[in-house]
Amino acid sequence: MAQTAQAPVAPPPRADERLGRKSPVARMLARPEAGAIAGAIVIYIFFFIIAPPFRNASSFSSVLYVTSTYGLMATPVALLMIGGEFDLSAGVAVTSSALTASLFMYEFTTVAWVGVLVALAVSLFIGFLNGWIVIKTGIPSFLVTLGTFFMLQGLNIALTQTITNQVSSPDISTLQGFSSSRVVFSGSFTVGGVNIRTSVLYWIVFVIIATWILLRTHIGNWIFAVGGHAPSARAVGVPVGRMKIGLFMAVGFMAWFTGMHTLFLFNTIQAGQGIGNEFVYIIAAVVGGCLLTGGYGSAVGAGIGALIFGMVNQGIVYAGWNPDWFQFFVGLLLLGAILLNTYIRRRAEAAI
Amino acid sequence: MSTPQDTPPMGRHHAPESPTAAGPRAGNGTGTALVRLINAGKRYGAVIALQDITMEVSAGEVTCVLGDNGAGKSTLIKIIAGLHQPSSGVYEVDGEPVSFNSPREALDHGIATVYQDLAVVPLMPVWRNFFLGNEIKKGPRIDIPAMKTMCKDELLAMGIDLRDVDQPIGTLSGGERQCVAISRAVHFGAKVLILDEPTAALGVKQSGVVLKYIIQARERGLGVVFITHNPHHAYPVGDRFLLLNRGTSIGYFEKSQITRDELTGLMAGGAELEQLSHELEGAGGAAAEIGAVLGEEVAELGIADRPAPAAAPATESDAR
Ligand SMILES: Nc1ncnc2c1ncn2[C@@H]1O[C@H](COP(=O)(O)OP(=O)(O)OP(=O)(O)O)[C@@H](O)[C@H]1O
Ligand SMILES: [Mg+2]
Repeated sequence: MAQTAQAPVAPPPRADERLGRKSPVARMLARPEAGAIAGAIVIYIFFFIIAPPFRNASSFSSVLYVTSTYGLMATPVALLMIGGEFDLSAGVAVTSSALTASLFMYEFTTVAWVGVLVALAVSLFIGFLNGWIVIKTGIPSFLVTLGTFFMLQGLNIALTQTITNQVSSPDISTLQGFSSSRVVFSGSFTVGGVNIRTSVLYWIVFVIIATWILLRTHIGNWIFAVGGHAPSARAVGVPVGRMKIGLFMAVGFMAWFTGMHTLFLFNTIQAGQGIGNEFVYIIAAVVGGCLLTGGYGSAVGAGIGALIFGMVNQGIVYAGWNPDWFQFFVGLLLLGAILLNTYIRRRAEAAI
Repeated sequence: MSTPQDTPPMGRHHAPESPTAAGPRAGNGTGTALVRLINAGKRYGAVIALQDITMEVSAGEVTCVLGDNGAGKSTLIKIIAGLHQPSSGVYEVDGEPVSFNSPREALDHGIATVYQDLAVVPLMPVWRNFFLGNEIKKGPRIDIPAMKTMCKDELLAMGIDLRDVDQPIGTLSGGERQCVAISRAVHFGAKVLILDEPTAALGVKQSGVVLKYIIQARERGLGVVFITHNPHHAYPVGDRFLLLNRGTSIGYFEKSQITRDELTGLMAGGAELEQLSHELEGAGGAAAEIGAVLGEEVAELGIADRPAPAAAPATESDAR
């Protein structure tokens, strides 16, 4: 009763005669992630048929694990793309963060957690710097982050070699605080005989948080707006610069999180790794329905894009193929996804 | 019909010497204007885009700013909207001199602007655009049902019946988009509404709809600055008219001081139009016919600098 009192003038919901009925299927197809869902189903069925080991629960657990290593980063990268920017340094930034943490804690023999926090500060700073340069100079983020990509890659290898005389970081497993860090960042648990890594849970949680922010908060509204048409957003009072810098820093944060996961899983980090992953993240976001021009996309879509990568990555192994086919599939997927997305979006727009 | 030299009392002078010389305040007697510019000017480096402009907007009034392309209309509203600061002169809001550093500050004073590009994000739903930058919150979340209902109701109150507030605003017609942008500004408590050529890209009917909203906004007690280069759109809704040409004021009138034809004539620039008609006639063929028609219109409007009657035939024989 209180509700009726609150909204006495609310008109009864009525159907507009100019609005054709939309079937639930049509509504589904209008979502940005529609293409990715269709693609994921096709690829799942494909490997289900040709690779018998793919059908096991434990195989699917490892598919999910690989998915999470891509998906964690694909989530903020998708937000950044919706906000109208790219980050080509996202792949090596993961390695930079892990190297920073391990070299710091090893060289200064600190508790592992100190190195972890130093790496967090460094990663957030790299994200801030990317965003700040883009905002202050107006140079496309594609170019700015291409620059920071090479700089970080050079720093990763050069500094690691200077400090350790090797191309990888030293083993940190003997340091104090290592085991507690490992539990937090790289743990695993068993459900019904299947081993599952916590990174899978983290990934799902981050996708849910990102989706909630995008669709249910004013920050999400602003992310779509700065990517869709920044001058308009500015004109209605949205702090465009701060939003974009914040998004770059979100990528920095996740580079740190992913870096810590890798570090505490393997105890050591190859200085040259991570190169090329930035494209995987971006492709996962595009496969998931993010527009390259910004202003459109979804975090769930990027998650499904990452799942497609996970399935292909593992499916090739289970099918007994040469893993080199993975790259070919990556390219094929990107093309296929873009074609499918374009087709579905055209249909969805025609339905409006 | 007025005779050619019968210019209105405050006619073709450049900006008045003193702020009150323009005197249109006599009409309303409500005291301070919402927004007033006094001898304002704007330079972009060496380019003088605007010079010595004096104008004001009061509550419940529409001030029209007319001028050809490049006359300085957009520059003028950018000053009022807080995007630029005047390089000379004074800008007052509610009688107080102000100096805005951003559109946000102007907005906080109740001065809202609907730009030529409308400041909407095409891919976003209508309701998200409507509340962009002013989202209704419910704890950390936004209150989506409330915003959708309010958006729909507010648009209905302005007479805009949208199919679906969930559709991307880019799929609306130009007139509908314009109306959404206007009603958004009205909803968020604008006291002064600045509209930069809202009818420029619209057909006859849609222009009429937008003009209707301008009148509605005025009736709600808002002060409206309506920029246009079309005197036929300006005259029916305007209470005052500021005419710009090449960055200077060529007249500032109250409605009682000027007729629509005079306004049209001033806009066109009588002498320039006559010159154009001569040139066209000289070109021969179809151009000459257009020139002849133009000549007739110049004569009819009474803006030529020579005797009006029988101007058309005379011009024709002159040219041959
Ligand atoms: N940022 C700028 N730098 C230099 N000159 C400028 C700038 N903005 C405008 N101008 C000049 O100032 C003059 C007035 O421009 P303005 O945009 O105010 O004209 P307008 O009356 O709005 O024209 P239109 O009807 O085409 O919109 C023009 O000559 C223009 O070239
Ligand atoms: Mg203009």
